[in-house]
Amino acid sequence: MNKQLAWGIGLAALVALPFVYRDPYHLHILVLILIWSFAYTSWSMMGRFGLVSLGHGGFMGVGAYVTALLWNHLGISPWIGIPAAMLCAGALALVVAYPCFRFRITGHYFALVTLALSGIVLQIIIATRDYTGGSLGYTPERTKGSHLLALQFDDKVVWYLIALGVWAGGLAVWYWIDHSMSRYAMEAISEDEDAAAAAGVNVTAEKLRITVISAVMTAMAGALYGQYQMFISPDTVSGIAVSLQMVFAAVVGGIYVALGPTVGAIITILLAEVLRIGFGTKAVGWDNLVYGVLLVLFIIFLPKGILGSLLARLKSPGKPQP
Amino acid sequence: MLVVEGLVKRFGGFTAVNSVSFKVDQGEILGLIGPNGSGKSTIFNMLSGTFAPTSGSIRFDGREIAGLPSHRIINAGVGRTFQIPRPFRRLSIFENVVLAGYYGQGSHSLIRAEEAAERALTMVGLPTDRSASVDGLGAAGLKKLELAKAIATGPKLLLADESLGGLDEAEMDQAADMLRKIRSELGITIIWVEHIMGVLMKVVDRVMVLDHGEKISEGLPSAVSHDPRVIEVYLGTDAHATQATAAAAAAAGPAKR
Repeated sequence: MNKQLAWGIGLAALVALPFVYRDPYHLHILVLILIWSFAYTSWSMMGRFGLVSLGHGGFMGVGAYVTALLWNHLGISPWIGIPAAMLCAGALALVVAYPCFRFRITGHYFALVTLALSGIVLQIIIATRDYTGGSLGYTPERTKGSHLLALQFDDKVVWYLIALGVWAGGLAVWYWIDHSMSRYAMEAISEDEDAAAAAGVNVTAEKLRITVISAVMTAMAGALYGQYQMFISPDTVSGIAVSLQMVFAAVVGGIYVALGPTVGAIITILLAEVLRIGFGTKAVGWDNLVYGVLLVLFIIFLPKGILGSLLARLKSPGKPQP
Repeated sequence: MLVVEGLVKRFGGFTAVNSVSFKVDQGEILGLIGPNGSGKSTIFNMLSGTFAPTSGSIRFDGREIAGLPSHRIINAGVGRTFQIPRPFRRLSIFENVVLAGYYGQGSHSLIRAEEAAERALTMVGLPTDRSASVDGLGAAGLKKLELAKAIATGPKLLLADESLGGLDEAEMDQAADMLRKIRSELGITIIWVEHIMGVLMKVVDRVMVLDHGEKISEGLPSAVSHDPRVIEVYLGTDAHATQATAAAAAAAGPAKR
């Protein structure tokens, strides 16, 4: 009960925040943190069960580009475009994951297949430059009519509230899975697929389900990011760099606890901002270097991530945690 | 209830199971014995869908199940244990068994799953406490958990792979009592796999002996244990010579000290 109260108060405080404090730069950072937190949470839905995907940049790119292309070329509102983009990402996830799961491609091999997915989506975006703008990026057209219909808002407060709602929705999905039999099934599958099957679990179907949920949510994150930034490029919403960034952030925050990916987003985005402001153009790419080193250190010394390790320590004080 | 005909499994050029046929009747306990590598576990893996057979037919309750995916065979009413216990260590003991009750019975009902889990855990003598960790279990406890998981899937036919050396006589007797109880109280038909004849012979109704993937003998325990082919497999052709040497060594032993 106490926990629910804490969640309620925390959420209420977050909702109230932009009405008392509205520095645009800080709100901008918060919106970015919320959108990326949602993306990292989506990644961790699979990652926590040992399904390490290096292809989520692909899903994010599908989300951002399908939404923007539908709007620019066909005039379809993002209210329809985003669900359509999520459907595309879900279908793509099925096409890639079904053969993997059916033929027992797991662990490193699964990661490599998804890495290829990431690269393929990136190449497609660049190759179809007449439509997507290629590597120069792409801008959804400014609406001349309703801002609501076009999902384009100038007020950062509106975006903050949208991002907050979506982020909370992501946590709700996490909670729902965490408290369902699906979690037991996925934990079992991640340990021993044959034994899970002998307990009656349809291994392929369970893995597909969690993969599709994760992909669809990631696409939504991509679409929202595009609508918010009003500019997308293969480097910022797709490709291998984005995929790797998701893994870094989620692992650093902790993939086994609901708020772990959020903590990861806070750390990585603040780090990128500090480097950008402190060193300017001299530090381009430094954040990736730091992520890389951090990732290695975390996997070795703190596999549960920052939040995961903290919570574990709080639960059993005195016992040193690995 | 189970009719197996011409079952074959090849791994590359190696034939692990070569044209084995047998039947299991409702309510019986069939013993399946044979030395290491004789194909017992491979047969189990085919019966439970872990491997698809290379050829042959497996009919369970009149329905062909050969080559079906594991979860469908389990849902159809087959339960299995693994030779080496394979618990899910990230779940508690209770959760392990609830999982099997939930997915294994095919009903996907949490209430029924929890009932099944409590019944199964009580049956094998493990605590029904919700949070007890798997890490607290020793080798014997893990075997019990393995059985509880299999029972919780609500099987009509239980494939019990008990072939672990290292159990002492008392533990073997316990395992045998447990299987008897599972049959009498739950009405489950059982195929029991073992390396050695020992206590198995006292419990089973019929026994089938495998060697190098082929069935070499089948029948009542008393008959099979006197079958020359079985004696040959278990003791070697020069069994008498071996026995004589062993006796001589035993006699000479004290003198050397």
